[in-house]
Amino acid sequence: MDEIVRFENVGLRYGAGAETLADLNFTLYPGSFYFLTGASGAGKTSLLKLLYLSQRPSRGVIRLFGEDAVTMPRERLPGFRRRIGVVFQDFRLVPHLSAFDNIALPLRVAGVREKDLETPVAEMLDWVGLGDRASARPATLSGGEQQRVAIARAVIGRPEILVADEPTGNVDPEMAIRLLQLFEALNTLGTTIVVATHDIHLLSKIPGAQMMRLEKGMLADPTGSLRHPPRPADQMQ
Amino acid sequence: MFKFFVIPGHDRRLIPEGRLSGPMPWVIAIMIFLTVLATAAGLAMTRAMGDVSDELSSRATVQIIEANPQTRSSQAQAAARQLRAMPLINEVRVLPPAEIKALIEPWLGTQDLEDDIPLPALIDVKMVRAATDAEYQSLRSALQSTAPGARIEPSSGYIAPVFSLVRSFQWIAFGLVTLLALATGAAVIISARSALNTHTETIAVVHLLGGTDQQISRLFQRRIALDALLGGLIGLIGGAVIIWLISGQLSALGSGLVQSVGLDWWSWLIIAVIPILGMFLAMVTAKLTVIGALKKIL
Repeated sequence: MDEIVRFENVGLRYGAGAETLADLNFTLYPGSFYFLTGASGAGKTSLLKLLYLSQRPSRGVIRLFGEDAVTMPRERLPGFRRRIGVVFQDFRLVPHLSAFDNIALPLRVAGVREKDLETPVAEMLDWVGLGDRASARPATLSGGEQQRVAIARAVIGRPEILVADEPTGNVDPEMAIRLLQLFEALNTLGTTIVVATHDIHLLSKIPGAQMMRLEKGMLADPTGSLRHPPRPADQMQ
Repeated sequence: MFKFFVIPGHDRRLIPEGRLSGPMPWVIAIMIFLTVLATAAGLAMTRAMGDVSDELSSRATVQIIEANPQTRSSQAQAAARQLRAMPLINEVRVLPPAEIKALIEPWLGTQDLEDDIPLPALIDVKMVRAATDAEYQSLRSALQSTAPGARIEPSSGYIAPVFSLVRSFQWIAFGLVTLLALATGAAVIISARSALNTHTETIAVVHLLGGTDQQISRLFQRRIALDALLGGLIGLIGGAVIIWLISGQLSALGSGLVQSVGLDWWSWLIIAVIPILGMFLAMVTAKLTVIGALKKIL
């Protein structure tokens, strides 16, 4: 199976301090589901930043969609970012835009025409249970609702990789399971999912998901079994 | 070039547009107001200098300096006849004594000084074109036989120091316009940086969702360009009113030289273009500032 992400001896250092991440070596495959665990401060968010191209590593090689993301010219980064959906830990919704406009943002950035985005955005709002809050601004939404808007925004563009940083941190257990089911549904459509969480109870909710565990910026031995969902081509046979 | 003006409404909402709420349009209005006045002054001086130069470059004054009034008068008449016969000369007018008295009246008063101070006879000469130094020299030589005391002074010589002063004013006006353009650019840079700081989070999100530097800078360019255009129009209207009032006052003075300090239609056209130039200056400055700032983040 072709790899979608490969880290080779990757290290990340902020300023002149010690390395936040060190000697990361792993490969992610298309259509797989990964949990990234570790204690607070282990480097989960930093690793995700490298994945969604918010940061370049201090050393090592990152190959993304078959290309070297470390030396990639800055002008090419937006095109790659559009292939990656991100659920930020702090949601990062645009405060003066409605839930509808926040979810529509990736499509508008990608140049989708207005008449072509109304239906998918409305469907996405229904999908996350916020069909009646389309015009609400983030400040008027609860933490859980904001998180669902953030998730809807991350998946609206049908990304090839979905990176989620503690996506269930602000929702009740029932909603957490529902969100994971949404991720799983997306995963079965072929999207590679990487979910950073410190909630070990979530890990059992997605059978076959692979776990990567960070300890003090280094990847511990991965546990769990690797799952390769059937690709659309396989399903047609 | 004007793509940023047709940004869809939903994209424009990414950066909230609070025109006239901030100081930017008013700062631009003041800058454009001052630029309009400086430009108008420069253009008016250019026009006045051109008019006066055209008028004086082909004129000369012949002075007959002779103590005996009869000899002076006959020499003046003879010189005038000789001048009229020359192909270079278009018009010759011997100034009557009353007119000469009127000319010196502001300095010497109204008392009859003719007996104490022998006033020269003056001949106003208009040539078909501006004469060269060699032609003036040959005129002087020709007049020596009929009027040995004749002196020919090109009229442009009298006004040369004034021209020099006006040129200095023109350079000052040009310098002021340049300084104001630089100050406008600096104000735009400060405004763009302030707007960038205010919307850092939104910009970061749009960036991480795959927004390009061009997409983001267009939003700021549009906002700043509209602010600059609005401020520019306010400044233009203010400046035009002042120019109009001053023009009226200058006309009332009734002096020929001062009356020529006015603006013709193309000068008004140049002044009308100033807000548009200001808008382009603001737009380009904003683009460079925003793109420069965005390049510092990945």
